[in-house]
Amino acid sequence: MEALNDLLLPPAKSTLAHQTDTLFWFVHLSGLVLTIGLIGVLIYFVYKYRRKSEDEVTPLITHNNKLEVTWSVIPLIMVLIVFGWGYQVFMEQRVAPDDAYEINVTGQKWIWQFTYENGARTNGELHVPAGRPVKLIMSSNDVIHSFYVPDYRIKQDVVPGRYTELWFTAKETGESIVFCTEYCGTSHSDMTAQVIVHEEEEFDSWLADNAGGGSKPEDLAPAEWGEQLATEWACTTCHSTDGTSMTGPTWQGVFESEETLTDGSTVTVDENYLRESILEPSAKVVEGYPDVMNTYQGQLNDDQINAIIEYIKTLN
Amino acid sequence: MATAETNLKKIQVQRYEPESDPDQHYLNEETGLWAWLTTVDHKKIGLMYLASVTFFFFVGGIMALLVRTELWTPAKTFIEANTYNQIFTLHGAIMVFLFLVPSVPAALGNFFLPLQLGAKDVAFPRLNLLSYYLYVAGALIALISIVNGGIDTGWTFYTPYSSTTGGAVTIMTFGVFVIGFSSILTGVNFITTIHKMRAPGLSWDKLSLFCWSLYATSIIQILATPVLAITLALVGMERILGIGIFDPALGGDPVLYQHFFWFYSHPAVYIMIVPGFGIVSEVISTFSKKHIFGYWAIALSSLAIAFIGFLVWGHHMFVSGQASLASMVFSFLTFLVGIPTGIKMFNWTATLYKGSIRVASPLLYIFGFFFLFLVGGLTGIVLGSIALNVHLHDTYYVVAHFHFVMVGGMVMAFLAGVHYWWPKMTGRMYNETMAKISCVTIFIGFNVTFLPQFVMGSLGMPRRYFNYIEQFQIYHQISTVGSYILGIGFMMIFYYLIRSLYKGKKAEPNPWGSRALEWQVNSLPPLHNFHHTPVIINGPYDYHKPMDEFQLGLAENGHGHAPQHEAEVSSQEPTKAE
Repeated sequence: MEALNDLLLPPAKSTLAHQTDTLFWFVHLSGLVLTIGLIGVLIYFVYKYRRKSEDEVTPLITHNNKLEVTWSVIPLIMVLIVFGWGYQVFMEQRVAPDDAYEINVTGQKWIWQFTYENGARTNGELHVPAGRPVKLIMSSNDVIHSFYVPDYRIKQDVVPGRYTELWFTAKETGESIVFCTEYCGTSHSDMTAQVIVHEEEEFDSWLADNAGGGSKPEDLAPAEWGEQLATEWACTTCHSTDGTSMTGPTWQGVFESEETLTDGSTVTVDENYLRESILEPSAKVVEGYPDVMNTYQGQLNDDQINAIIEYIKTLN
Repeated sequence: MATAETNLKKIQVQRYEPESDPDQHYLNEETGLWAWLTTVDHKKIGLMYLASVTFFFFVGGIMALLVRTELWTPAKTFIEANTYNQIFTLHGAIMVFLFLVPSVPAALGNFFLPLQLGAKDVAFPRLNLLSYYLYVAGALIALISIVNGGIDTGWTFYTPYSSTTGGAVTIMTFGVFVIGFSSILTGVNFITTIHKMRAPGLSWDKLSLFCWSLYATSIIQILATPVLAITLALVGMERILGIGIFDPALGGDPVLYQHFFWFYSHPAVYIMIVPGFGIVSEVISTFSKKHIFGYWAIALSSLAIAFIGFLVWGHHMFVSGQASLASMVFSFLTFLVGIPTGIKMFNWTATLYKGSIRVASPLLYIFGFFFLFLVGGLTGIVLGSIALNVHLHDTYYVVAHFHFVMVGGMVMAFLAGVHYWWPKMTGRMYNETMAKISCVTIFIGFNVTFLPQFVMGSLGMPRRYFNYIEQFQIYHQISTVGSYILGIGFMMIFYYLIRSLYKGKKAEPNPWGSRALEWQVNSLPPLHNFHHTPVIINGPYDYHKPMDEFQLGLAENGHGHAPQHEAEVSSQEPTKAE
């Protein structure tokens, strides 16, 4: 069964995942039996009653109420079982335990951001303790996204202007991938994250180390920190650093270059232009690129913006 | 001479045999381009629809092949992400709005509904032509959006993405809006025709199941399509005038859009598949030479699907943030709508019992339908279960599921219908061997394409992904190979059907020995279908009666309509035609 499970389903890494799996197999195996049965009967009839001469006359059989009732009621009972079972598992997945550990999730094109109780922030990495219920309180800054962890069999749309919730208990330490499953534009398929499951104490110390957030680690030069931030904040999903043109202009050689804007005017890329483009991306869009970038106003502080600009400078 | 007895009067019926090789038929009575463009003949309009939907099927198919080819590798294969997003959007929009919705009703339905009713035409022939031109106009407007910036929202146009993204969303939604009216007018026309234009003696219990299915479909078209029109108009207003309806930045509610959209688009699934059910009933009965089993069960289950189908839209929204209670109710109703569909499958199987089965190509396509639709239906049960839906929603499992229903079910039924009625429409027979070979090719190609999608879907592969993680590559590659096989299958059909027009054997009026009314007129049918209004004595599935009882009957006096329209007509002393 375990091997069969791996064939069609991802590893079950949450405490409730196996409930979904049991139902999954029940419905599929019943369906398989029905398919084989019905197709078997069909093939048998086609063989047994194949036309032997063009003059054959067939008997008049118009209907049979007993049969009609039988093949209505038995499937009805079957689907009601599947309905009730599915609903019961769903409700268990829906209602988070009261003591669940809460983490805030923000979706925006094309990055997942996580905020913890002590102000720690991460991008693209959700750190959680093993064996403890975690409740995600989610919202979107732009369009609808959807938070999907196949290993946990859970999914919930993340909607602008309202909060949605999701909860799970990770069984053991390890990593699981998060996909965005509501289409959200150009880099929809790159909007992934990792759930990183720690032992309880390890998680606590990780959390303490990252409290506050947003200040430069002492052992890094500003440009090095900028490089780290560019990955962490998913800048590099759209801006390459090797000259390839992606959703946005490449950063290679961009500093102090002359760019043509969508309104035909030109601009020299200096610190002020870069800062404006991070805080107010739609103000001056480079020709040939879609106006799809989000503002990072209120998300990146001045130190972080400076570090990213320093990093861009090193790419010349 | 035969006598048809109504509850009010007896009708003396004179049988007549159609001319065997008439000089005059619907294709040569009016000729020239202008005659075609202004024709009100339902058969020609049906053919124009058939040509149009076939064209768009190929356009949409090419899009599908581009998508599949791009997915050969986990990263970029040969097109950019934005182009990819536009292509899958167009694939969906073209296939749904320009092919699936109009295919059976507007093409085959237009051609055969009046013939099966013993009528000269549909109730409103000019309205019928207007439907066609609205369809063409809507299609052209939708195509303009391709060259005018493209559209990358997916065929579902979810807000607030669709109200904020660039491109030609407004043009595209306007095009779909216009096509919607074409669909509504066809529905109005068909319902009126079925109620008012049945030949004398054609009581409701003698109505063909194809007509019943079109009747159910028309009800959905009339009731659901206006909601789509309103919704798309609201999206347009939001984009152009900045009125906040769906975009939370303007004070709107994005989930409201999903309710509106699926209120149309779920019933629309039944607009696409229910007419296909009608074809299945016709073909199974004809090629097993047997009375259809459970006539009323099949007829009424179409209506049941039409009505319950309106109440299940929320099953597209289990993870959208709608209330758990709402999800429960929608899940429950979703399972209920599965029952009438199951009833049909069982009745079709039972029809084969003690039949005289000839596996000609139309029936072979129906068998393809049978297996693929069964898989599509049962995976629908999987998706209807809320807990499983949470895991599988918006993955390739869903993609595979609706392709099994829409391509495996609907397209196979459509192809069965085209092969079944081709002799009547064109007066030619196609190459039967090639027809069987391409049916098998399509069946294999389809399964190779979509079975791996079930597997990668349940493993967690999300849909509408340009890049994907490497573990899914093997499934994507198998799927891509399958899509090429599928493409070759469709090209083969196109080839031998076109070839039959020039080199095909001339078709007999009734090559399959069917008892249905449309086969009792000439191939090709006369311009006005019947030289005289026929009186219907036997039902379309009365295979227990000898063939010569099915020659067209004509009332000796008057037009044959009894004062009460629902007259029951029985045959006495059947005689040979004079």
